[in-house]
Amino acid sequence: MNFIQQLINGLSIGSVYALVALGYTMVYGIVKLINFAHGDIIMVGSYIVLFSMKSAGFPFWISILGAFTLCAILGVVIERVAYKPLRQAPRISALITAIGVSILIQNVFMLSFKPDPRPFPNVIDGNFGIGSINVSYTTALTIGISVLLMILLQLIVKKTKVGKAMRAVSEDEGAASLMGINVNRTISITFAIGSGLAAVGGALYSAAYPLVDPFMGAMFGLKAFVAAVIGGIGSIPGAILGGLIMGIAESMTKAYISSQLTDIIVFGILIVVLLVKPSGIMGKNVKEKV
Amino acid sequence: MSSLLSVNDLHVYYGAIHAIKGVSFEVNEGEIVSLIGANGAGKTTILHTISGLIKPTSGNFSFNGKKLNSMAADKIVKLGLAQVPEGRRIFSELTVQENLELGYYSVKDKEFIKNEYKHVLELFPRLKERRKQLAGTLSGGEQQMLAIGRALMSKPKMILMDEPSMGLAPILVKEIFSIIKACNNEGMTILVVEQNANMSLSISNRAYVLETGSIVMSDTAQSLLGNEDVKKAYLGG
Ligand SMILES: Nc1ncnc2c1ncn2[C@@H]1O[C@H](COP(=O)(O)OP(=O)(O)OP(=O)(O)O)[C@@H](O)[C@H]1O
Ligand SMILES: [Mg+2]
Repeated sequence: MNFIQQLINGLSIGSVYALVALGYTMVYGIVKLINFAHGDIIMVGSYIVLFSMKSAGFPFWISILGAFTLCAILGVVIERVAYKPLRQAPRISALITAIGVSILIQNVFMLSFKPDPRPFPNVIDGNFGIGSINVSYTTALTIGISVLLMILLQLIVKKTKVGKAMRAVSEDEGAASLMGINVNRTISITFAIGSGLAAVGGALYSAAYPLVDPFMGAMFGLKAFVAAVIGGIGSIPGAILGGLIMGIAESMTKAYISSQLTDIIVFGILIVVLLVKPSGIMGKNVKEKV
Repeated sequence: MSSLLSVNDLHVYYGAIHAIKGVSFEVNEGEIVSLIGANGAGKTTILHTISGLIKPTSGNFSFNGKKLNSMAADKIVKLGLAQVPEGRRIFSELTVQENLELGYYSVKDKEFIKNEYKHVLELFPRLKERRKQLAGTLSGGEQQMLAIGRALMSKPKMILMDEPSMGLAPILVKEIFSIIKACNNEGMTILVVEQNANMSLSISNRAYVLETGSIVMSDTAQSLLGNEDVKKAYLGG
């Protein structure tokens, strides 16, 4: 297999990691919480798309919109019910709660839909060639949708009023509320966007690896979290960069070294990055405000 | 004159610490009032409570006839009561312009926003030159101007200022106070907390002296400036 081909595969899976990593990083930025239930939103998104296509017969794009919306709502509800009451509590309490939420979601899905993997419907067949390189439509679609969403997110965060409010709340909740910003609403919007992106990530992941089970979010979520940490947790460009690094490293390891070593390499990269720059590649060095 | 802000028998606890012990005072429309007191007296606590950042244990306070007691901080700003918080607390990762834009977050009227933006940049020409710069890279004095400019953007009826002169060179202190006075001349009511009591008394109508959570003195600024006890304790002489 040729190098460029592997690079494209890596970009494809990497952009899915990036979509999920964005949710980890945005939530961490605004409430300083590592939302362990975020990985399970991926799984919920995949199930929604699966049922929407198979049982209800909706096309892929409508199913993805549905998954985005429902998971956005789920993310907001989780924040309101489980995390908001703990906002002033030590972060370790919130972290343990997040792990609890994750276990709860996994088990609800296991009881409702059985633990056995279900096949994910075919989204689009076929390949197209650019010179000697062969790209599947699924790969192209994945990269296309991911890039589109990342640009959209960047525009929201940089240009809109809501985006400015999100950045302000991340930096100083109290000062933000003195500007008339509704902090609770801003946090909800952040969870909604992050969870929606995870749902899309889940659907795109399942389009490439078409088996869905209640625990699929755990390992995938963990890797996306690692991507966020490599890029610098709290940084949006960092999450995108981290996701792409992970995806490319994985696909190169599979192609040129051994597919059994992928996880070792991926976590190895994490360790090296943290040794060299503990705040991650694009992370801020935490400075005390004067 | 009618009282714009009134605080009645306010008590605030931090856990077991009784930080504010039954404080009452008022600020009338059009006044500049100083709140002076030593470090740890409770000045910031009072301002935070009025703005809704801290919930009091008991006591009533109202602004422009509306009870503020259980109102959220972002709602209080919308009533026209802004604050320049202690330590500036500008958003250092945002540009100067974005910081100012957040100042009118609660305002919808485009024309109004445009005028206020122009007005604030006229008051602080230095901010104008540095519009695109990240606020965290401004000098301390410029950051203080930004913090004040940001609070002015919504053209509030009243501003609470917590040590606006902290850490500034004497010439800048003068500049800041002349801007405060200018805002007051335009009709803004101001409650200012200061270590620099001399300066703040000199532009104030009245003042309150706070000692470990209680108000121990209140008078016109003029007579407090002449008061021997106040001179000893707060005016460095
Ligand atoms: N978050 C907190 N938790 C516990 N105690 C607090 C807290 N904030 C303030 N205090 C205490 O409340 C008292 C009043 O503090 P406050 O910050 O209101 O004082 P201040 O008059 O503004 O002082 P300064 O001039 O130093 O700014 C102090 O004894 C302080 O230690
Ligand atoms: Mg103070």
